[in-house]
Amino acid sequence: MENLISAKNVTVIRDRQTILDDVSVDVGARDFLTIIGPNGAGKSMLLKCLMGFYAPDKGHVTTRPGLRVGYVPQRLVADPTIPITVRRFLTLRKKVKQQELDRVIAETAIEPSLNKPLAVLSGGELQRVLLARALLNDPELLVLDEPAQNLDITGQLAFYKLLETVYRERNISVLMVSHDLHLVMSSTRNVLCLFHEVCCIGEPRTVTRDPEFISLFGPDMAQLMASYQHHDHHAHSHGHSHDHSHADACRHPEPSPQTTGEEQTDIPSAKTESSSHA
Amino acid sequence: MPDPFVLRALAAGIGIALIAGPLGCFVVWRRMAYFGDSLAHSALLGIALGLLTGISSNLGTVLVCSGFALILLWLQHTRVFATDTLLGILAHAALSLGMVAISFADNQRFDLHSYLFGDILTVQVRDLYWIYGGGAVVLALLCRNWLSLTLMTIHEDLARAEGVRTFWVNLMLMMLMTIVVAVSIRIVGILLITALLAIPAATARQWVRSPEAMAILAALFGLVAVFGGIFGSAYLDTPTGPSIVTAATILFAVLLPLSALLKNRFSF
Repeated sequence: MENLISAKNVTVIRDRQTILDDVSVDVGARDFLTIIGPNGAGKSMLLKCLMGFYAPDKGHVTTRPGLRVGYVPQRLVADPTIPITVRRFLTLRKKVKQQELDRVIAETAIEPSLNKPLAVLSGGELQRVLLARALLNDPELLVLDEPAQNLDITGQLAFYKLLETVYRERNISVLMVSHDLHLVMSSTRNVLCLFHEVCCIGEPRTVTRDPEFISLFGPDMAQLMASYQHHDHHAHSHGHSHDHSHADACRHPEPSPQTTGEEQTDIPSAKTESSSHA
Repeated sequence: MPDPFVLRALAAGIGIALIAGPLGCFVVWRRMAYFGDSLAHSALLGIALGLLTGISSNLGTVLVCSGFALILLWLQHTRVFATDTLLGILAHAALSLGMVAISFADNQRFDLHSYLFGDILTVQVRDLYWIYGGGAVVLALLCRNWLSLTLMTIHEDLARAEGVRTFWVNLMLMMLMTIVVAVSIRIVGILLITALLAIPAATARQWVRSPEAMAILAALFGLVAVFGGIFGSAYLDTPTGPSIVTAATILFAVLLPLSALLKNRFSF
């Protein structure tokens, strides 16, 4: 099947620092690819190259002609000096049929925010609005850059759940940079683990057992990930919600401090949150 | 019937207010006030260029300000210093260079004061051509790129992802600023141009709910300030440029608390 976006041997050097080193990756139809990696690993740069915002120093990126892409940025700091309502923002510089608009509004449940100024929305509302705007093109590919980074854990869970529903119902591809691997484990089909170069790529199950993953995130993280996967799987087969699996994960040992990375910092909060609900 | 020079002054002021309103919105939204100010400072070098070479000072200003904007873009790209540092260096370098250059010119007729604070009452028909010609270009380009510019202002990468060529639109906005600076020097002077851009737009902010309404209302407030300033200065015998800005400031000072008092019940 033809790839939607394909990067071949992409290398980016900035200020004599190699940001990306010979990275090749394909995003196919119905793919759900999550790019993970520590801070400064070049995740955002890879996304910029894939989106065509930045021309790599070596290698090239090919995009299927006429590909419709919906982009959800990391965060939107809506400046209160710009007077604009959510409704207007959604269709700004876009021609959308009312029917299409109604569908997306229902899909992302943003009806209550429509007449509010963009600047007063909460983090969760804002991310749903951004997702809605991205969906208005009827995209074949959704690109998300750490879409839940500024949300609290409840917001993160809700956002990823919504994203999974959208992915399933619309039969689209998703390309996402995320720190929250433990939250997307069940949705994502493939994981690309990046540290300037491709450390490993594949299904979440295989990736978390990969020695490269373990050396990058530490064995505790790998074990934790493996357990998430297991429980998620379990939860799905019984039609449970994801919260269940998080409660289960509490029994696992804490990640040791010396291996603390970006991803791990989310986990203790996940525990407190889910145990307080339990 | 007012004197012809008052009519010309009014015509000039109306033209500037109509351009400054919509462009001023972007100055407020994109935090370009300091950029506008620096651009205006560098205009003095353009005027010096005009005096030394005999070309029109408007043209000299457009040339120097464009050069200023391009150098700024390039320096920003190198990412060595923050933008406000670069602006601080460039603006005052250009201002000093302008003053040094002017001292070389045969400057019997040079009146620094009129360039710093404007001299709207000596506006000639030729100046009106510049204002309305430049203004038409600015408004046409602004209208054409309005949605792209607004989206870019909300989120630059989002606009880029949706096909806006952000670099060029940004460059265009900078060039529009240089035109407005060049044609408004005669009206309010180098030191007060940013005020004419920022104050009416800021005044309009509390009374509107859409970007377009803000642009229109800012232009209206600009008109009120121009009329108030020109007639006020004639009545009180005060300098006209500063009087226009004072009128704009009074409007701002009255309307801002009023909008809070009315809890934004009257919005457009």
